[in-house]
Amino acid sequence: MAKITLSNLRHSYLQNPKDDADWALKKLDLEWDDGGAYALLGPSGCGKTTLLNLISGLLTASHGQILFDDQDVSLLPPDKRHIAQVFQFPVVYDTMTVYDNLAFPLRNRGIDEGTVDRRVREVADMTDLTSMLTRRASKLTADGKQKISLGRGMVRTDVNAILFDEPLTVIDPHLKFQLRSKLKELHDRVNRTMIYVTHDQTEALTFADKVVVMNMGEVVQIGTPVDLFERPQHTFVGHFIGSPGMNVIPCEIHDGQAHLSGQRLETVNKSSASTTGAEIGIRPEFISFSDHGLPVKVVKVSDSGRFNIVEANCDGYKIKLLLEEGAPIPSEDAKIKFDPSSTRIYVDGWLSGLEGTV
Amino acid sequence: MNKTVNQKAWFLVLPVLALVAFNAIIPLMTVVNYSVQETFGDNTFFWAGVLWFEEILRSERFHASLGRQLFFTFSILAIEIPLGVIIALAMPRKGIWVSVCLVLMAMPLLIPWNVVGAMWNIFALPDIGLLGKMLNGMGIDYNFTRQPVAAWATLIAMDVWHWTSLVVLLAYAGLVSIPDAYYQAAKIDGASSWAIFRYIQLPKMKRVLTIAILLRFMDSFNIYTEPFVLTGGGPGNSTTLLSIDLVKLALGQFDLGPAAAMSLIYFLVILLLSWVFYTLMMRNEEQ
Repeated sequence: MAKITLSNLRHSYLQNPKDDADWALKKLDLEWDDGGAYALLGPSGCGKTTLLNLISGLLTASHGQILFDDQDVSLLPPDKRHIAQVFQFPVVYDTMTVYDNLAFPLRNRGIDEGTVDRRVREVADMTDLTSMLTRRASKLTADGKQKISLGRGMVRTDVNAILFDEPLTVIDPHLKFQLRSKLKELHDRVNRTMIYVTHDQTEALTFADKVVVMNMGEVVQIGTPVDLFERPQHTFVGHFIGSPGMNVIPCEIHDGQAHLSGQRLETVNKSSASTTGAEIGIRPEFISFSDHGLPVKVVKVSDSGRFNIVEANCDGYKIKLLLEEGAPIPSEDAKIKFDPSSTRIYVDGWLSGLEGTV
Repeated sequence: MNKTVNQKAWFLVLPVLALVAFNAIIPLMTVVNYSVQETFGDNTFFWAGVLWFEEILRSERFHASLGRQLFFTFSILAIEIPLGVIIALAMPRKGIWVSVCLVLMAMPLLIPWNVVGAMWNIFALPDIGLLGKMLNGMGIDYNFTRQPVAAWATLIAMDVWHWTSLVVLLAYAGLVSIPDAYYQAAKIDGASSWAIFRYIQLPKMKRVLTIAILLRFMDSFNIYTEPFVLTGGGPGNSTTLLSIDLVKLALGQFDLGPAAAMSLIYFLVILLLSWVFYTLMMRNEEQ
């Protein structure tokens, strides 16, 4: 049990990294509270697995420090860090029974059999493995094996954090939901820090209290699922989270105000007067058809069940709207209105200025 | 759906059938034929029933060579399998040294068998061979042409030198196919290197090791060329393995009937032992 602090952490797989692209993980400063449920979310290759392996000690960082509480563990090997990790592909010790698998981490540490037995039965009970304790681990299905991996992590009492590296990749879709709820339930029960790496926004947003969104080796935003949805700090977060993702439309800036198609837009934030490369970011949920506003041409309507996704064209830019089923959709020429409290200016991808400057 | 039935397709199998008949079935049946008959030359044969089989199974000479054969096979298995695994574990997993090691390992396998025999024969000669001369120079009385123990030691050393590579290559293939996650999980679980070997590497190598053991078993049970060139079965009969004995019986004494019976028994012994090995090693998989 510990608070995890990453300070000035950088990592490169190369001996002598030169430019930005050589760093798998650019500068990182983070603090994770004890007992929290965190998710690392990002596309493949964004550095999230690297970060996880740095924390567990499977990799040693090129620069920076990792602290568990106040102890610097940057150079400690994995078994000294008291970390548990569940991998993408289930790892079980094939020749052992489920019981022996769960007991393995304890026996390796020379714990007496009485305690081992008690802990194994406790954990088997939590992970629904009790009825399978005497079976050979290799005979279990993928989700059963993943439960064993998880159980091996939870069986130790000294674990600082449990790390998950896309643990549901090989699980059947209908079992994914079950296993995810189980994880959430276990987190509430054992109250350990859990860090969950995934590229699936649903998994991240349902599991975590706080989500760390990563892209190209850096953290773009840390926040609650609601933060990420309602106040994206970066256009990447807007794109990556939500379905369909946030609309990002290039705009002109006059006097710090965004202009689109010659019209001035009400926005949450402002920009400095002479900015180039500015964009407007607004989620499809916060755009509606209106009698006056931005003139657009409706191009396409697709039905996604409870919602209709409307694709409109404004000065050559594509804008998506999300309308509840049954809401009237004009054909061809129409006008749309942005909700000012959800319209933001982004410069070079990042949210411009400070919030509340309207 | 209507399937067209065309029996003419059977003709396509004929060439293979003819080939197999010529190189396997007909020779085998000839042997069976000889094994139940007696001949005094002139190409005249008399029915002998199971006489030769009884004679071979009761013959002390056969018992002795079978005993030597079993001793040889189990000795080389006991050395080559663990040694092969140890070398495979010590080999690098990435970098340029991988190919260097693999090529080095494959070398002995590429040398023709009788060349291996001749090489070791000269290498071990006590008066001029590098090994023989060196051992004698160190004060060890070594002469594989006179001493049965020395002959056996040389024979086993030669087979280990020649064939351990095969075990190494198979075991190495098994090792490199283990995903990294297993090692990472073991590190996190605090497993010792022995535990990693015992619970990850060995179980994952099981299939390739089964193949290695079966191959080495069958090959060593059939071995002829190398011991024939090295010791010729001597000194005396001390290194006369089954195959050497069989050739002596069949081509030296020209006892066709007993030799044919011995061939069949020899064949059945290999078949039986291979089956026993395979069943024992695969037993756990079935559970």
